[in-house]
Amino acid sequence: MDETYVSLANFAQTGGLLYFMAVFAAIVVYAVWPGNKKRFDEASSIPLREDD
Amino acid sequence: MVKQKARYLTLEEGGFATLLLATVVLCLIIAGRTFDQVLAFHAGVVAVASAVGAFYIFRRYFDGEKLRAPLEIDGKPNYNFGPVKVGAWLSVFWGIAGFLVGLIIALQLAYPVLNLDLPWTSFGRMRPLHTSAVIFAFGGNVLIASSFYVVQRTCRARMPGEILPWLVVLGYNVFIVIAGTGYLLGVTQGKEYAEPEWYADWLLTIVWVFYLFAFLGTIWRRREPHIYVANWFYLAFIVTIAVLHIFNNASLPVSLFSTKSYIVWAGVQDAMVQWWYGHNAVGFFLTAGFLAIMYYFIPKRAERPVYSYRLSIVHFWALIFIYIWAGPHHLHYTALPQWASTLGMTFSIILWMPSWGGMINGLMTLSGAWDKMRTDPVLRMMVVSVAFYGMSTFEGPVMSIREVNGLSHYTDWTIGHVHAGALGWVGYISFGALYCLIPWLYNKKLYSLRLVNAHFWVSTLGIVLYICAMWVSGIMQGLMWRAYDSLGFLEYSFIETVDAMHPFYVIRALGGGMFLLGALFMAYNLIMTVRSKESEETVADTSGLVAAE
Repeated sequence: MDETYVSLANFAQTGGLLYFMAVFAAIVVYAVWPGNKKRFDEASSIPLREDD
Repeated sequence: MVKQKARYLTLEEGGFATLLLATVVLCLIIAGRTFDQVLAFHAGVVAVASAVGAFYIFRRYFDGEKLRAPLEIDGKPNYNFGPVKVGAWLSVFWGIAGFLVGLIIALQLAYPVLNLDLPWTSFGRMRPLHTSAVIFAFGGNVLIASSFYVVQRTCRARMPGEILPWLVVLGYNVFIVIAGTGYLLGVTQGKEYAEPEWYADWLLTIVWVFYLFAFLGTIWRRREPHIYVANWFYLAFIVTIAVLHIFNNASLPVSLFSTKSYIVWAGVQDAMVQWWYGHNAVGFFLTAGFLAIMYYFIPKRAERPVYSYRLSIVHFWALIFIYIWAGPHHLHYTALPQWASTLGMTFSIILWMPSWGGMINGLMTLSGAWDKMRTDPVLRMMVVSVAFYGMSTFEGPVMSIREVNGLSHYTDWTIGHVHAGALGWVGYISFGALYCLIPWLYNKKLYSLRLVNAHFWVSTLGIVLYICAMWVSGIMQGLMWRAYDSLGFLEYSFIETVDAMHPFYVIRALGGGMFLLGALFMAYNLIMTVRSKESEETVADTSGLVAAE
């Protein structure tokens, strides 16, 4: 019981840390990726667009 | 009389009519068989509402209205703004009702005689009426109305369905009526911000699934390839609220004919789920949804693009990933294991970063347009709203720290903190959105910017009075509770702390009254806007203040 808890907790803590850091890094890379710049610059003025 | 070609009921009309009529039958059976008067009343309300809904579906059919409104007229999207208009007006109505009930319970705390010694008007029943009216009725209608507006405009597509959007807006408000009258009649689960009992929860679940369909369906049809960041925030709000609502209301009714239900998990598990729900109601209802409003209405009003779209992407993902963990900080010094509340506290502190990232993004959108702060009180209201957001998202992490929480918990400091966020952030961004939406929807010029200015100043002063009174009162209360004399006895009896708070309660009620007054200015201004004959086109040249539609 105790051992199961400790190993599960270890897995959750370490795994959670690595998982979240990896996801966060991937998002930041996606956001600052130079190839996406043009698309994001255009997206930033979507609210200002009119239909006509 | 023009002879009309008969048409079949569409699947949508037939489906919803069947659903509504089945609901009528079910509700009539429940109303007839139950011994619970409140349940009979509520079943009656839902039966009447469903019958009226079915009547309108058939009337629409027999009036021979077009099978479907065209998706486009002359190459321009034919937006469906009818439900948006109704949602916007309902939010004005519920806002004033909710602020008024808030003022009444503030006065009850200062002058207990105002409880009137009646169960229906006692503080314990009026308080959830206030919180639900302002959060779910006012805030919820602003979110539903603005999300339907924003998702259509930014996707350049008409919402799917002719009946579906109406069922979302009106069904949600039937839920509000059921929940609110239930509180006054003494029906409650006793869970903060999740007070409605099982049958109201089911009603909301069904409406919410339709809401998700309507929103996703619009995105599905979009002609704009990129999904704008505001839609991401709205979607996070809709999806997460659905998940939270279902988990926190996993309760079994005593019987189909009883208002009473019991949660499937008890004790500390229930407490943890409740505050996972409770804090994410703050995170996803009161934050993510209103951030969506910020990301659309501030750029639109300031006529400037979003300051950094890259920051908005990092903001979105960081905010939703971190918020979902912050709940256990509500359960310091309880049966919840300490590691769990430490986890909640840690994530609450990390949360400061994405919150301020979003605040900076909202404020900096004004770069190059700061002069509009002076000339446009609507934009000023939204900017001050973002400033309040920054303030309360700094205060929140501080209060989540265990030692600070030891002083602040159960005191008025919490109430002050919540109202800095609710009145300042949620209230002001909603008012700003309504001041934009109503003129845009009716193609009118806002009746009076001077009145907006008056609204801004009277309610800002009200908020300052409110939160300052609660800071002083809360910290005093916390310090009095923990004061010991030289022999180790408590220095003050509880009633002495209550007595000491009286002047601050009076100041708080004054602040709340000023906030209500400002909202009345707004209601008058919006009504006059729609009644005025001036359309946007005729005045667009003479005034640079109002964003041209």
